[in-house]
Amino acid sequence: MEQTNIMERTTIARDKVKAEVVNFNFYYGNFHALKNINMTIAEKKVTALIGPSGCGKSTLLRAFNRMHELYPGTRHEGQILLEGQDIMAKDVDPIEVRMRIGMVFQKPNPFPKSIYENIAYGLRIRGIKNKSTLDELVEKALRGAALWDEVKDRLDKPGFSLSGGQQQRLCIARTLATSPEIILFDEPTSALDPIATNSIEELIQELRNQVTIIIVTHNMQQASRVSDYTAFMYLGEIVEFDKTNFIFGSPTQQRTKDYISGQFG
Amino acid sequence: MSDTTNLLLSVTSKEALAKRKAREFREGIIQILLAIAAVSSVLVTIGIMEVLVGESWKFFTNPELKEVGIDNIFADFFNLVNPQWTVLFEEKHFGILTLLSSTLLTSFIALVVAIPIGTTVAIFLSEFAIPSVREALKPILELLAGVPSVVFGYFALNVISPLIRSFNQDIPGFNRLSAGIVIGIAIIPIISSIAEDAMRAVPNQMREGSYALGATRLNTAINVVLPAAFSGIVAAYILGVSRAVGETMIVAVAGGLQAIYSWNPLEGAATISAFIVQVSLGDIEFGSLEYESIFAAGLTLAIITLALNLVGFFLIKKYKETY
Repeated sequence: MEQTNIMERTTIARDKVKAEVVNFNFYYGNFHALKNINMTIAEKKVTALIGPSGCGKSTLLRAFNRMHELYPGTRHEGQILLEGQDIMAKDVDPIEVRMRIGMVFQKPNPFPKSIYENIAYGLRIRGIKNKSTLDELVEKALRGAALWDEVKDRLDKPGFSLSGGQQQRLCIARTLATSPEIILFDEPTSALDPIATNSIEELIQELRNQVTIIIVTHNMQQASRVSDYTAFMYLGEIVEFDKTNFIFGSPTQQRTKDYISGQFG
Repeated sequence: MSDTTNLLLSVTSKEALAKRKAREFREGIIQILLAIAAVSSVLVTIGIMEVLVGESWKFFTNPELKEVGIDNIFADFFNLVNPQWTVLFEEKHFGILTLLSSTLLTSFIALVVAIPIGTTVAIFLSEFAIPSVREALKPILELLAGVPSVVFGYFALNVISPLIRSFNQDIPGFNRLSAGIVIGIAIIPIISSIAEDAMRAVPNQMREGSYALGATRLNTAINVVLPAAFSGIVAAYILGVSRAVGETMIVAVAGGLQAIYSWNPLEGAATISAFIVQVSLGDIEFGSLEYESIFAAGLTLAIITLALNLVGFFLIKKYKETY
């Protein structure tokens, strides 16, 4: 019984691997924040990272686009492979990594620009200057983030004029516009009300077939609703990583069981 | 205290009532002291305006004006075509635009120098400098802010002016350009430190949003941080302008106290504030026409500064970002 269970669970290999974390360790100064992380990210699937506060899930997420390099005092060992290439290597330009891996943050953070310019910003960085190309891509991104109908008549209004949920969809649209290969979501609904949360979750459901998604969430219902794979992290380690329905249906580790049943965290 | 009263709120007990009274009395006194402090600054401002307006009124209505040959003082004061400021001469004219041309031109030159440099310094300190460099540079900048302006005046006269004259010996030693450049240097620390504070107040998540799209540091600084901090940066510029308009000693030393109406930066200068110094230090009789004229000039200066502050206030309000 135990044997077949494990056999069943070697399923990730069936999906194409988009990225792979190999023996990854991360330090803030002397603090060992991530301990020997190994996991695979399946292409065009949603992978959720769950775990109590301080377990390192955000740190792991932010390693994918090398966000930590903006601040001094961090250090890492091991690799994160994007289609086989180590994106953590010193000679890889972090800007190039961020061009391919987009990110949506905890609090909606639109730029102090118009709705249109918020989306066009990433495109301009990529050297797109042609007005009609920009118009087309902005519309496509806003449609992709289910925001177009709400904002098409006021594209010149500031991004801040939108509601919290709309702002978050604007940030998703801004990321979508640059057609990233992976989108990292760092607790994208923790600052939103339930209705806005619902619309973001629906959006993630729609995006799952187009782009690889990694999402950090505190909300276990959310993880079970939106993700295909879930990694449960605790004290800087991955305790258990499996298909989401296994993690929530029949976890093999006691700590996972305790966490998802709400006994700690 | 006994066990039973411990559980009750002690409103009824006599000591508790006295204690509360004493506390409310102390807090009342503190409130009054704070209110006095707040009101006193307002009163001082009102007092200054009262003196400025009152003395200016005396100037404009002074019967002596007729004696020196001025029939319509307002026409003379606001003469925009051929203004002359010859208050200390036999034949007197009071065309304020003469002094204003110096004030506005030196301030404009100062801003041309200080805004690009101050903003660049602020961007560097806030967005590019590693903490140790920032910690080393900021005190040096603050030192620049602490240099007495009379020292800046001699720097303008003895360093910048000869430098300008080395291009063309016909340029007079006292000129607005050197005064303006040095005022600009003097206000760089004001602009850079306030603009830097404004940029550092922009939350990191805004920068991260930009970096996450693949933006460079420069891209992020110019396209995201600068517009986000716009209201604070405008405040920095306005404070810089106010300081430049009111700057006294630099122009008094380097401008040569020449009340010439001109928009040529290579002429000598006497700004409003420099003229006020000149009269205050001279042997002008208290209460005389010449003496009263400095209040009219001072009022003009105060109105300009007030207008600038109002413009700044509305700009800040309009572009205030709520992150």
